[in-house]
Amino acid sequence: MTLATEPTTLNSRISVDGTSERPQRPAYKSSGRANPAAHLTPAQIEEIGVELDRVRREVMDSRGARDAAYIRRVIAVQRWLEIGGRVTLLGSGVKVKGIRPAFWLGTAALSLAKILENMEIGHNVLHGQWDWMRDPKIHSTTWEWDFVSPAAQWKYKHNVLHHTYTNVLGRDDDLGYGILRVDPDQKWTPFYLAQPLIHWVNAAFFEYGIAAYDLGISDITQRWPGMNEGERAEWRRNASAVLAKIRRQVGKDYIAWPLVGLLTGAAPWVVLGDFIANSTRNVWANTVIVCGHFPAGVETFETDSIEGETRGEWYLRQMLGSANISGSRLLHTMTGNLSHQIEHHLYPDMPSNRYIEVAPRIRALMERYGLHYVTGSLPRQFASVYGRILTYALPNPQPDRSRWQTIRASIRERRGAAFTRSP
Amino acid sequence: MTATTSRAPLGRRRLRDEVARVAQAFATPLVPGDFLDLVSPLRTGADLRGRIVAVSPETRDAATITIRPGRSWRGHVPGQYIRIGIDIDGVRHWRAYSLTSVPAELGTLTITTKAIPDGLVSNHLVRRAGPGTVIHLDQATGSFVLPPVPPAKVLFLTAGSGITPVMGMLRSRLPELHDVVHVHCAPTRTDVIFADELRTYASSGRLRLVERHDDEHGILDLADLQALVPDWRERQAWVCGPTGLLDAAESHWGAAGVEDLLHVERFRPTLVEPGDGGTITFLGSALDVEADGATPILDAGEAAGVLMPSGCRMGICFGCVVTLRDGAVRDLRTGETTVAEEGDPVTIQTCINAVAGACHLDL
Ligand SMILES: Cc1cc2nc3c(=O)[nH]c(=O)nc-3n(C[C@H](O)[C@H](O)[C@H](O)COP(=O)(O)OP(=O)(O)OC[C@H]3O[C@@H](n4cnc5c(N)ncnc54)[C@H](O)[C@@H]3O)c2cc1C
Ligand code: FES
Repeated sequence: MTLATEPTTLNSRISVDGTSERPQRPAYKSSGRANPAAHLTPAQIEEIGVELDRVRREVMDSRGARDAAYIRRVIAVQRWLEIGGRVTLLGSGVKVKGIRPAFWLGTAALSLAKILENMEIGHNVLHGQWDWMRDPKIHSTTWEWDFVSPAAQWKYKHNVLHHTYTNVLGRDDDLGYGILRVDPDQKWTPFYLAQPLIHWVNAAFFEYGIAAYDLGISDITQRWPGMNEGERAEWRRNASAVLAKIRRQVGKDYIAWPLVGLLTGAAPWVVLGDFIANSTRNVWANTVIVCGHFPAGVETFETDSIEGETRGEWYLRQMLGSANISGSRLLHTMTGNLSHQIEHHLYPDMPSNRYIEVAPRIRALMERYGLHYVTGSLPRQFASVYGRILTYALPNPQPDRSRWQTIRASIRERRGAAFTRSP
Repeated sequence: MTATTSRAPLGRRRLRDEVARVAQAFATPLVPGDFLDLVSPLRTGADLRGRIVAVSPETRDAATITIRPGRSWRGHVPGQYIRIGIDIDGVRHWRAYSLTSVPAELGTLTITTKAIPDGLVSNHLVRRAGPGTVIHLDQATGSFVLPPVPPAKVLFLTAGSGITPVMGMLRSRLPELHDVVHVHCAPTRTDVIFADELRTYASSGRLRLVERHDDEHGILDLADLQALVPDWRERQAWVCGPTGLLDAAESHWGAAGVEDLLHVERFRPTLVEPGDGGTITFLGSALDVEADGATPILDAGEAAGVLMPSGCRMGICFGCVVTLRDGAVRDLRTGETTVAEEGDPVTIQTCINAVAGACHLDL
């Protein structure tokens, strides 16, 4: 028998116990910008933690047959839409008065199916929101989704890094996904000049972007020399898992179903319909996600601000680091309830259909403590995000030189570096 | 001749595998069955499920549930049990129930459940589950059965709901049994499940029935068996009832040196009472670790060198989920306990749960 003798200190984020002494937050962050929670004392932050834990408990204790019926219904609707859409697409060969009704209908149904599958079902099941039902078919450990990034790899990058370190500069890579600069505290490089365009390329091929991002492809050449054999083997395994998943996904959308389309004379339309459905889903998912963390009013945090963080402080960071999208029930469902991004970040494992009912309580709490509950319609939030993408494509203004001068200097610097490096 | 007959099914199997592989390419990342389940959850080849077609009361707290199993059902031997998985308040629970029906009768099967105080599944089945409910099933299993050639002299000793597997045997094998004594115990006369049927067997002379009602006769003491069934030592015995009765029977038959005549069926293999701390057995690593009630299982496992999956270590990422085969754990955030009994495993997050009674983990 082995004894677990190693004294272990409990993760300070697990519970609100009020035993740890926490410093008062400074009025300004080191970047010089105002600290949005400077007016709260550590004791108040713990109070917030206690209250949020209570709300969580109430909802989690009341999960039941209604919630189970909800997710099963969504899954059934999604599957009917998918099979219906694919079969309808097979009839795209038929033209009626110059249009191809089956093509448009099938593409629309398949787009909806793919959106539901990724957003309201896949994302949320992979968060463990439905694990409590003990149904092995709807479980975070068994679910695989219609997205090229394998569930296991996405779960690590998203659930662990992004949800634990939400909007912490240098810790949460989701902050701009390494390709966008959305906060003045992120360092500027000339690369970001292209981001107004890069954003759209990323959106259109989002699932591939996420797969590459979960795999950590962009900086693998820099990391490789520092990795040990085990890490390299793991990376190779992950990479081949991604390739295998891509093969299956592409095989289904662009080979298997189009082959059946050959029999009905609809093959090229099936390929096109599948491509439109994938792209629609990609742009939609990307839009929802950028609106969840990058609109004006959302805060970022400094790496050292999370040392020894308590549960209350973690909650606070989730509330300040997320933004909601207001709208109809349909919009909430189609966004996978990520329109309730704030509530999702507070309670990532709460069934998504329940966010709508806790939202007013969270909003009231935040207002009571003088915290900004960032919310707005989809067009408004997206305009705000895109405005930031445009603004932060440029370097921050500096007192002693114009933006233009900063850009020129940095390009010159890079060119010089490239020049001295070449033989 | 032999060659052709064995090649044909093999060829057909290959073809079936090939078709399945092609179908999979169209359904990935789901499986074709996920779509077929939309229209036909009980079809051949589906995970075994069943539909409740009737619930008929037997006594004030017991009922017989008639289930139409899916096409994959492979039948049973009287005395065996099935596990059923039923969703209650959205959560799936698995429990074992002995089959009381005659094999292959009318394409349905029956179980008979007695609602026990605070019993989640038994009360649900007896009082709330209605016809139409789809439940999950496992194939029949268990070795509490009569041998193909029945013994000359048989003793059935049952108590309460322990009558169920024996009823399964009586209903299909009684014509083959020529000397049967059945001692059955129940709290009162009206609590006897299948009373009419048993009494009819007895009155028509097909078996000798000894009914013991606790309120009239007191709880059965096995010392009285000698008086009730003088030749009990010569009989193959099948005993089923509460743990106390079974433990007593094992020592009684053992003391008489006739334990090989005894067959028992336990309805309650283990008893898990949540406490504070305990031993964690990592089944995959074949390692026992002692941990207190304040240490996350994740930390205890890591300290002992087990390769534990993990992530956020604060309960939000579900990267640390493992299967708890049986045992009890306590949520360090809420104090809530989760209990898994043998046959009804649950998945738990190791980073926010501490042991609350010996645990067996799939790691
Ligand atoms: C092989 C096998 C065959 C079985 N066949 C039958 C059958 O034919 N008919 C039938 O009614 N039951 C049968 N059972 C028992 C059945 O599986 C359940 O244990 C029983 O219905 C109680 O489940 P529950 O969810 O209602 O109780 P739970 O909610 O799990 O438990 C409630 C309380 O009762 C205690 N408890 C749990 N199980 C039992 C038990 N069996 N006896 C006494 N106390 C218990 C628990 O510790 C707890 O305190 C069988 C069990 C096995 C292992
Ligand atoms: S490690 Fe993240 S939930 Fe347990």
